[in-house]
Amino acid sequence: MTRFSAWSVFRNGLTGQKDWDRQWRDAQPEKQYDIVIVGGGIHGLATAYYLAKNHGLKNIAVLEKGWIGGGNAGRNTTIVRSNYFRPGNREFYEHSLKLWENLSHDLNYNVMFSQRGHVSLLHSPGAVDAAARGYNTLRLTGSDAEIWQLDQLKQEIPHLNYSANARFPILAAAVQRRAGTARHDAVVWGYARAADSHGVDIIQNCEVSAVLLDQGQITALETSRGRIKAGKVGFSVAGNTSRLWDMAGLGTLPIESHKLQAFVTEPLKPILDHVVVFGVGGTHFYMSQSDKGGLVFGGDLDWYKSYAQRGNLPIAQDVAECAISILPCLGRVRLLRHWSGVCDMSMDGAHFICKTPLDNLYLNAGWNYGGFKAGPGAGWYFADLIANDRPHDVVADHDLKRFERGVNLDERGAGPDPKLHG
Amino acid sequence: MTARRLDKGGRIDRSHSLKFSWDGRKIRGHAGDTLASALLANNEQILGRSFKYHRPRGIMSAGVEESGAIVTVGEGARRDANVKATTQELFDGLVATGQNAWPNVRHDAGAVSNLFSRFLVAGFYYKTFMGLPPFEWGEGTGWWMRYEKIIRRAAGMGTASREPDPDNYEHAHAFCDVLVVGAGPAGLNAALTAARAGLDVVLVEQDFEAGGDYLNQASDGSRLSELLSDLETAGVRLMTRTTAFGLYDHGTAGLLERVTNHLANPSQHMPRQRFWTLRAKQTILATGALERHVVFGNNDRPGVMTAAAARTYLNRFGVLPGEKIVISTNNDSAYIVAVDLAGSGAAVHLLDARSDIHADLAATLKGSDVHLTSGAAALNVRGNKGVSGLETALSSGMGWRQGGIEDCDLVLVSGGWSPVVNLASHRGAKPVWDGNNCCFLPGQTSEPVHMAGAAAGIWQTTACEVSGKAAGAAAANALGKSVATISMSGSAGWAHPISALYEVTVPGKKLKSFVDPQHDVTADDVRLAHREGMVSVEHLKRYTTLGMATDQGKMGNVIGMALMADALGKDISEVGTTTFRPPYTPVSLGALTGRNSGEHFRALRRTPMDRWNRDHEATMTDAGLWHRPWYFARPGETIKEAYIRETTTVRNSVGLCDVTSLGKIAVQGPDATEFLNRIYTNPFAKLAIGKARYGIMLRDDGMVMDDGTTWRLSETNYFMTTTTAHAAKVMVWLEELLHLRWPDLKVHVTSVSEQWAGCAVAGPKSRDVLAACVEDADLVSNDSLPFMGVVEARLKNGVPCRIARISFSGEMASEVYVPSDYAPAMMDLLWKAAEVLDGCLYGMEALGALRIEKGHVTGVELDGRVTIEDAGLGKMASNKKDYIGNVLRQRPDMMREDRARLVGIFPKDRSQTFNAGTILCKSDEVSGHGEGWITGVTYSPTFGHWIGIGFINGGHNAWQDKSVTVADPVRRENVDVEIVSPHMYDPDGGRHLG
Amino acid sequence: MIRIPCPYCGERDHSEFTYGGDGSITYPALDAPMADWLEAVFERENVRGLQLETWHHVMGCRMWLLVERDTMTHEIHSVRAAHTGLAAVLEEKS
Repeated sequence: MTRFSAWSVFRNGLTGQKDWDRQWRDAQPEKQYDIVIVGGGIHGLATAYYLAKNHGLKNIAVLEKGWIGGGNAGRNTTIVRSNYFRPGNREFYEHSLKLWENLSHDLNYNVMFSQRGHVSLLHSPGAVDAAARGYNTLRLTGSDAEIWQLDQLKQEIPHLNYSANARFPILAAAVQRRAGTARHDAVVWGYARAADSHGVDIIQNCEVSAVLLDQGQITALETSRGRIKAGKVGFSVAGNTSRLWDMAGLGTLPIESHKLQAFVTEPLKPILDHVVVFGVGGTHFYMSQSDKGGLVFGGDLDWYKSYAQRGNLPIAQDVAECAISILPCLGRVRLLRHWSGVCDMSMDGAHFICKTPLDNLYLNAGWNYGGFKAGPGAGWYFADLIANDRPHDVVADHDLKRFERGVNLDERGAGPDPKLHG
Repeated sequence: MTARRLDKGGRIDRSHSLKFSWDGRKIRGHAGDTLASALLANNEQILGRSFKYHRPRGIMSAGVEESGAIVTVGEGARRDANVKATTQELFDGLVATGQNAWPNVRHDAGAVSNLFSRFLVAGFYYKTFMGLPPFEWGEGTGWWMRYEKIIRRAAGMGTASREPDPDNYEHAHAFCDVLVVGAGPAGLNAALTAARAGLDVVLVEQDFEAGGDYLNQASDGSRLSELLSDLETAGVRLMTRTTAFGLYDHGTAGLLERVTNHLANPSQHMPRQRFWTLRAKQTILATGALERHVVFGNNDRPGVMTAAAARTYLNRFGVLPGEKIVISTNNDSAYIVAVDLAGSGAAVHLLDARSDIHADLAATLKGSDVHLTSGAAALNVRGNKGVSGLETALSSGMGWRQGGIEDCDLVLVSGGWSPVVNLASHRGAKPVWDGNNCCFLPGQTSEPVHMAGAAAGIWQTTACEVSGKAAGAAAANALGKSVATISMSGSAGWAHPISALYEVTVPGKKLKSFVDPQHDVTADDVRLAHREGMVSVEHLKRYTTLGMATDQGKMGNVIGMALMADALGKDISEVGTTTFRPPYTPVSLGALTGRNSGEHFRALRRTPMDRWNRDHEATMTDAGLWHRPWYFARPGETIKEAYIRETTTVRNSVGLCDVTSLGKIAVQGPDATEFLNRIYTNPFAKLAIGKARYGIMLRDDGMVMDDGTTWRLSETNYFMTTTTAHAAKVMVWLEELLHLRWPDLKVHVTSVSEQWAGCAVAGPKSRDVLAACVEDADLVSNDSLPFMGVVEARLKNGVPCRIARISFSGEMASEVYVPSDYAPAMMDLLWKAAEVLDGCLYGMEALGALRIEKGHVTGVELDGRVTIEDAGLGKMASNKKDYIGNVLRQRPDMMREDRARLVGIFPKDRSQTFNAGTILCKSDEVSGHGEGWITGVTYSPTFGHWIGIGFINGGHNAWQDKSVTVADPVRRENVDVEIVSPHMYDPDGGRHLG
Repeated sequence: MIRIPCPYCGERDHSEFTYGGDGSITYPALDAPMADWLEAVFERENVRGLQLETWHHVMGCRMWLLVERDTMTHEIHSVRAAHTGLAAVLEEKS
């Protein structure tokens, strides 16, 4: 495999791009694997990569029902941050952010992680205090976090709506500078290429149709490309977790599937250099500008449960209102596309990386809004769990029994209603 | 290219000349022109620059698929970037400029990137820019972010204004029986058929003129006028300049109406655009088809456009786009174009990729001067900034060989037609490849959506008309009308078979051939993507950015798929399908926002005494969606001075505070007592009439949901108050319980938050104020109105009121409620009485100081993760009854004694201050998650120093004599504190008893 | 826009309503064992296809409704009043 570098790009420019080969093999399924990861998104591919790289494991396959990265990996707003503050969540996302910071080098694939800063606008002294609680925790646990007063904010982002007549005048901002955005598809391809180079078989168009069990263990998976025997199985299929869980005869999960929409405008010359978050008066809105120039927006869930990957109008209106509210110069800017992804919304807004009632089945699910930024960390800890058959301390509480114990990982305090955990 | 306006012909008004400017130069067009047709008439060739290589681009089409003539329209705050010149109606004074170029689109320094294009192939940026070149040394993101700055500046297209958009936009809603999208031959007939069946029909057309393909034809237009007049008679609502940009669930369509985009001086009252939400019972998509290009060398040069576009410019706009024209086609549709152009005086050479031309087809050229060559196609355009000639290719076996060179100034291309299936695709109907017609046809859908005309792959005008009637009849019959069904007779497709043609190459020749001209995606890029394993259509699109430009793939998607199919040795149908996402054409954020912007973003809630408060010098603050008084500063007072004075006044005399924003719910019915007993943790079964009780509600999971007082007014009638923040949530929750869980309970709940205005009268002299204000002062004596007592009385001004003796401040206090309209009258009365007692008005800041001193919790403490014990209210959790949340609150982690519990916080050095939102740590371990956190801080006039309220593991008993530090690294230095009981002020509660 | 035929108000946009949740859950008695409460509060069928769900006509009549809706297509199969007594009365009337 040709190593990616300025040199190889230059050389291939001169030689007619001759050296470039498949970034990952078109693997045909073997009859048996030691470890089968179901789901070829960022999480699944990252898990396979770290299983091979960190734990030296071999004979691993990733099964993807369509094309890799076709689920939420390609349907998000590409924001990476670690400003979670509940114990466990905090350490998890911090580790993930650290992996992000060196991911391009680690994978030899430019995932374009741009640490442009994540700026949450604050509109009242009470909101500053509420944010400070979380951001102080970030700092005390070794992350970066700042509160910008209005003067500094105006310098950093000059053309926000600073009018005192705004419905919610801006007072300050909570900032994580190391946070930012990345190129989501590149993350998928980068992990696929790196996992493949460690010998992982990435099998596309391979949909699991049945889970074969024997004495509390999974023996094999029935797929659209034949039966595949498996030593250990990891589910990493955001949006479809409940269906696979059901196939494995395991009943219900503390998860609901909801759709989350994303929006992009026509490309513009740089107008916004940060990720900006606006959440006041019941709104929830975040925006950034892609390197190509499109402004990328995200908002609230549609609130009703859905597996349909398509958008609707009320949220489009809502998101536009929020955008204009903080950047009134965008009135004439046009929305180019909107789409939606299906999120596993959990009952406390936190994830599951855990063992299951089946001995050799492991679960990675329940990522709510956080799946993209969690990708590297989830792969890392999920691989650790599968390889060692016991959870790392950081995810020890992120199991299915936590509700029984009464452990609280709820960042928002919204309670056991999945639609409220944006 | 030497384009010119003809002396006659077309639908423009030559008597009405319009002045406009292009890149600073003043030129003229006519009413009825688009910006593109007017620029073409002025022989302007280079109108844009491409995204990556900054190649010169001109007009490529005459419609929404335009990928070349993308310009900026307007100036200053009204600057509108990325406008397709082909869809911008011309008006007097229009100002258009080129974009993505420096100094201008004709001479662009950025074109230097074209020299490096051999390195800048698809996906090259994934392979480099990671570290120090050439071997990407280093780690972290530092190198990338340096590159990114430069890349971002080079990318993007137009520049958005930095000034607020001064125009306004509107939302509108509509309903109809049948929505017809597209007013061409099919749509017009569909609408007419449905309307004549007695249905309410809305017909939308994105163009400023209805007619669709009728407008492109060299005819007198009588057929169209007749249809339009029939439509009017039949009562069809025709909306031009309106795009159906998306189809959503259950027959909902999003429409964008451009109201003033075409006006030179729109009236101030008019919205620029109107966003319609239309709900239709049946939808007919007569959205037409878009002509495809063919990929060949330099097929992006200004002077290369679709054949149909040339016909539009000629027949509709009276512009002959070239003198010496070569047309390259693979289907019949270009023949009429050739005839029309030749008839207007151009020399026309028609290259048909098909080797065998049917005699009937060749006969259509008879009488014209069109020169026809079969088995030929365009291969490579010559000329750098325009067309100076064309290398042709000649059919050779299955492929092509180099032909001759044609001297020409315009190259027209017809690679077949792609039905506009976008809207059907929005509904999840996957387009299906039709090999015979070389196009995707709309997929099946079970929804009431009908396809008609070219959108369904029907090419001939007469067949489209029939198809429209058939769709209209089908929609009418689906709605219970009985219209004779019309079946499509004969062939709907081509009279003579189209021959598949997506790319022209000859062996050994290196060509720069564009699949997606706007994003500079070349045929070689598609093949590179294939070599690198990006073979799924979605990977191809994402890797090359094919179809991601502002035309959303209208120009290049099908060709890209065809090339990928070729590389894979598969049929296009095996490669996959393509999903179109809304909007069909881009929609402004302004239109989606409508009037819900600026101060109208999220309706502001004001209390009925809002004006009264502000008249009395209140400074307001946001509390959720409400504005509430923050403090009432006297002249020269700071906020701190004001709230300290207000707090002190309440402690010593009396203060008045607007508490209207609290939620108020009437809970009524024979089972109201039982209901309250189930939702509150503490017993309500024996609450006497005329008494109030403080109650805590838990969620199902046992966490505290809300708190408030509930007053018993009669056997079956309660008045519940909730926090401001949770008023709506609690109301919904009570309704849910009554409807879903306990339908047997005879209880009715009604939100009366807006019916009652409330004022807290707090302080040792509060009874004096009440006594001075009610008609019967005995009603408010300590006997009649003891602590937690409730009376219904009449104020001296005759206003009926409810008074409850409850206290949030810790002082003797009452809340007085009157019907909302009487709020100012009540305030006048109360204030007159309070003022003479040296009382004050107080706001949220003093309210906060009073409650922190007293250790009362609010929503800041009850953040959804707090148990009743955490909040220090464990005694209120009854063990004698069952209530919501009682089971799950007893989960092991929630009952731990070492959980963070409510405490008070004093600074060790009493002169020091600290913030809320801070972390409480052991003094010798200021790191990690700490031991607790602070939720509220105030200067306490009572104690004479700053105090706080918060939570710490194990509660205050666990921290006696231990060193605790407040960490606030995001704002200021650490402060050492003492942990005290949360009940800092009057812990025995004597004061509220009076 | 999902259009919901409210039995009280007629067909309305879903933006007038708020989505409640899984309508098939039977909440246990207030004194039921913890296992029952854990199941009802935290576990979800998460149906892909036709599911029974609750909606609240919060901007209309404020009635809670039981809706049978397909979570893939969003097609609505039935709507009835969630309150059993009210549903029975409505049924009689129609």
